[in-house]
Amino acid sequence: MGWLDRLLGRRQKSSTVAKDRLQMVLTHDRADISPGLIAEIKDDIIAVIARRLAVDPDSVVVTLTTTARESRLVAEIPLHNRRRQAP
Amino acid sequence: MHAKVITVTSGKGGVGKTTVTANLAAALAMLGRRVVALDADIGLRNLDVVMGLENRIVYDLVDVVEGRCRLPQAMIRDKRFPELYLIPAAQTRDKMAVSPSDMVLVCDQLRQDMDYVLIDSPAGIERGFRNAVAPADQVIVVTNPEVSAVRDADRIVGLLEAEEHGPGQLIINRLKPQMVARGDMLSIADVLDILAIDLLGVIPEDEDILVGSNRGAPVAMNGSHSASAGQAFRNIARRLEGEDVPIMELSHQGGLFGRLRAWMSGR
Repeated sequence: MGWLDRLLGRRQKSSTVAKDRLQMVLTHDRADISPGLIAEIKDDIIAVIARRLAVDPDSVVVTLTTTARESRLVAEIPLHNRRRQAP
Repeated sequence: MHAKVITVTSGKGGVGKTTVTANLAAALAMLGRRVVALDADIGLRNLDVVMGLENRIVYDLVDVVEGRCRLPQAMIRDKRFPELYLIPAAQTRDKMAVSPSDMVLVCDQLRQDMDYVLIDSPAGIERGFRNAVAPADQVIVVTNPEVSAVRDADRIVGLLEAEEHGPGQLIINRLKPQMVARGDMLSIADVLDILAIDLLGVIPEDEDILVGSNRGAPVAMNGSHSASAGQAFRNIARRLEGEDVPIMELSHQGGLFGRLRAWMSGR
């Protein structure tokens, strides 16, 4: 019942949800990394960088992605711009 | 004559390995090939019952491995086909009764006189799976368009690559075109995007599979040319033989208009 889904704001088809969930789960399965481990790695990365550079912990993003059968861990670490800091 | 040894596996249980093995064996035999189906699910045998040969079992794979009979004595000939045989599993032993090297030895003997050896793997990733895959030239991975089946299939593909049995080829079983059209089931493209291995075939959900198993008559034997499971199995057998057969049109065929369309295109 597509019209009911739209009325109730349920935009996504269940097969789309299934595919997204599978890709997420398989990314972890293939790299043999548990989802909780990523959060701990993120904390470790923030601590290491923060020893030398000013980092905003809330804007750091660490993601695990998979293309075909290869996995990769990518960290985005926005740095505080010195000129913007209060004198 | 050097047979091709093909193992049918999946990881997840209940996705259709035994059904696929029985039907591909029948379809290949119908094309005139010499085929032996081997049940590697020791302790939980089912290939015999799905093929309707359960009353003919005298010796099984474990009897062969332990030397209580010669290999030909354990080969049950399915008289409905020119040259189709079954080597059943033992029902009262377990997977430890046979080793991967036992399987290789048995298949080496079978290679001489057969065109195909089809091995029905048990579910899982332990000894039974390793037994089934050890002698394989090719592996078929069976999955359903459903999250846990695809997840397990992915693990199997990874294990096959690690043990150098190649990535394998995929059969997507129990597809329901109406549900796919509604967005309630993973599509063929979705599953291929995720698993990234070659597609061997797609088998639609078909009530005739249960009826066939009730009777012990694999559906590949049925004469129907419509978009049925039987036709899908026959197509896959032809692809295994090297023929380029396009994937069946599996569009929604329900309703009066759909049935009229199907009847007209079937004439």
